[in-house]
Amino acid sequence: MSTQNSQQQFRDPQARQPGDQGERGGARGAVRPDALGSALGWFGIGLGATELGAPDLVARAIGADDSAVSRTLTRIFGGHKIAGGVGVLGSEQPGRWLWGRVAGDLLDLSALALVAARRRVTGAGLARPLLAVGSVVGVTVLDVIAARRHSRAEAPGHLVHARSSTTIRRAPQDLYRRWHDFESLPTFMYHLDSVRTTDGTSHWKIRGPAGRKIKWDARIVEDRPDELIAWRSVGRSDVRNAGTVRFRPAPGGRGTEVQVDLEYQPPAGAAGVALAKVLGEEPGQLLAEDLRRFKQLMETGEVVRSEASPTGSRPASRLLRQHPARPLGRA
Amino acid sequence: MRANCWLGRGEVEVRQVPDPQILNSHDAVIRVSKTAICGTDLHLYDGFVPTMMKGDVLGHEFMGEVVDVGHDVETLRIGDRVVVPFPIACGRCNTCLAGDYSLCENSNPNASLAEKILGHAPGGIFGYSHMLGGFPGGQAEYARVPFADIGPIKIEDDLPDERVLFLSDILPTGYMGAEFCDITPGDVIAVWGAGPVGQFAVASAFLLGAERVIVIDRFPYRLEMARDNSGAEPVNYEESDVREALLELTAGRGPDACIDAVGLEAHHFSHAAHSYDRAKQVTRQESDRPFALREAVRNCRNGGVVSVIGVYGGFVDKFPMGSLMNRGLTLRSGQCHVQRYLRPLLDRIRNGEIDPSFVITHRLGLDDAPHGFTTFRDKEDECMKVVLTP
Repeated sequence: MSTQNSQQQFRDPQARQPGDQGERGGARGAVRPDALGSALGWFGIGLGATELGAPDLVARAIGADDSAVSRTLTRIFGGHKIAGGVGVLGSEQPGRWLWGRVAGDLLDLSALALVAARRRVTGAGLARPLLAVGSVVGVTVLDVIAARRHSRAEAPGHLVHARSSTTIRRAPQDLYRRWHDFESLPTFMYHLDSVRTTDGTSHWKIRGPAGRKIKWDARIVEDRPDELIAWRSVGRSDVRNAGTVRFRPAPGGRGTEVQVDLEYQPPAGAAGVALAKVLGEEPGQLLAEDLRRFKQLMETGEVVRSEASPTGSRPASRLLRQHPARPLGRA
Repeated sequence: MRANCWLGRGEVEVRQVPDPQILNSHDAVIRVSKTAICGTDLHLYDGFVPTMMKGDVLGHEFMGEVVDVGHDVETLRIGDRVVVPFPIACGRCNTCLAGDYSLCENSNPNASLAEKILGHAPGGIFGYSHMLGGFPGGQAEYARVPFADIGPIKIEDDLPDERVLFLSDILPTGYMGAEFCDITPGDVIAVWGAGPVGQFAVASAFLLGAERVIVIDRFPYRLEMARDNSGAEPVNYEESDVREALLELTAGRGPDACIDAVGLEAHHFSHAAHSYDRAKQVTRQESDRPFALREAVRNCRNGGVVSVIGVYGGFVDKFPMGSLMNRGLTLRSGQCHVQRYLRPLLDRIRNGEIDPSFVITHRLGLDDAPHGFTTFRDKEDECMKVVLTP
């Protein structure tokens, strides 16, 4: 079991304050650049090569004077771009190199500002430097988008924490018993594909994009009847994770308060990207909808469906593309 | 089947859509015999309620015959004649058990959307935007009714459809508005809005023992209906000063309770005031125009009740909070908890205390729904209430 280290990384969820978000930090991982990242990498190499090879051409295009200083500066910028492009395409951490590109974009912009300022003094037209500024700003935006996307995926080891709670008008023992039946969790936890239990170990499966499976095994680490179940992934898991569900009587006969804490460590690389696509930007929202369906199931006997949401409740971010409120099927 | 679909602001069309199917085991499917256009449908029509989607089937006032039931439905049988309440309620959650059915905790699968806009989510409603569930409405030949054991009330005698149809929404809504007023002997109640809900608020205030009821509107035919049918004292705000009239009619006390049966698309006698709020609405600085609400608060007697049953969707501007707080007013509001009122109001209809059909002015086929919407919105032809027969 390789759980010793990871167990130490999981803090006691109870130590958190209400409203806490997940935390970051920890080990590193490797990812390949996506389509946008690769495109920017190649673009950097291409433009850098031009700047290095034909600095006078570039200088003229942006409206700079054809002096030795501007030629040298353009060559330096070109070298920086080529190095950045190679880094994005070849390194194990394209996100960092993409941030390097953003820094280069800012240098380009300040140089262009100098060019424009000089042309204003000399009375030359501003059309060329402004056009160049516009293009660089456009590229900067793309660089920032790609850099943010990649650095998120490259920060594995950061522990994602999600917590949600609900009140259900059922006795704690009913809810405890239902939750303890891990194999039936996918009825209301929609991101789960299946859970199978064999002698004390449960085998969990999530179906990611393009049919990709993410799997892990888990064991119960604490079990207090009608009060609490805590579980933790063990062995070779695609994603290290732990969860706790607590049941306590709600005041004044209002049923039972159910609180769930989940913590997971997104894996590096494609599995991490796949997991992020399944869990979305706000795993807490996903968990809140799981609990909403659990409540419906325990209070009404089934997950409530409307024609607009025929599979039941979903986080708001996923409701933007829903079916119109009209009967399903063909007219 | 044919159904009246929302296509965009100011545009509805009767289209061919699939027949509804059972999606949950507590569902029933109803063949609609009568359905109506509600003032709230006009708010959807005019584009004031967020999260509508092209193709949504409208309509939350309907009744008909049960043609199919899910396997967990216990109280309804195929062939039963039922009126369907507009709020969808599970009957099992804490809120339903407390009688607050329109706030059901389980009936809105799009609750997360409503939470973003409203803070917490109310229950689902038929044909009433996606944030309230995304359920198709009843302006159609058939409708699926979730939690069929909790909502629909069986009509077992020969009361005609037109006398019981309004149990679905506007009669209980007006009644709840009057019930909010805690009416005691001698009370004078003022009602803003003499539309269908206002008519029933007036009638209900009298049923609950009000001494006098004053009704405020600008359409003479609406004021006359409230006077002739229920004995209300009309005030036309385009002809007289509402504040002066109310002071005079209550000898300076002010009404004991004020009911806002207008809601977010109110009009104002002053073009300047109207334009101010209209401009804020258009520029999205406020979503709702609260003229009636502002007046109701300012004119209520000290310590009185302001009862809000007109529909609001989002935010209002210049709410007279100082008047409300310093004068100890009580504000009560809500989408009607229809299920709570079905039985007692059916009894009142049956024993002749009220015949809600007096508000009906237009009877059309379902295919004429688009025409019904414009007639009702523009108050053409002295339109008060449009009933559609599929």
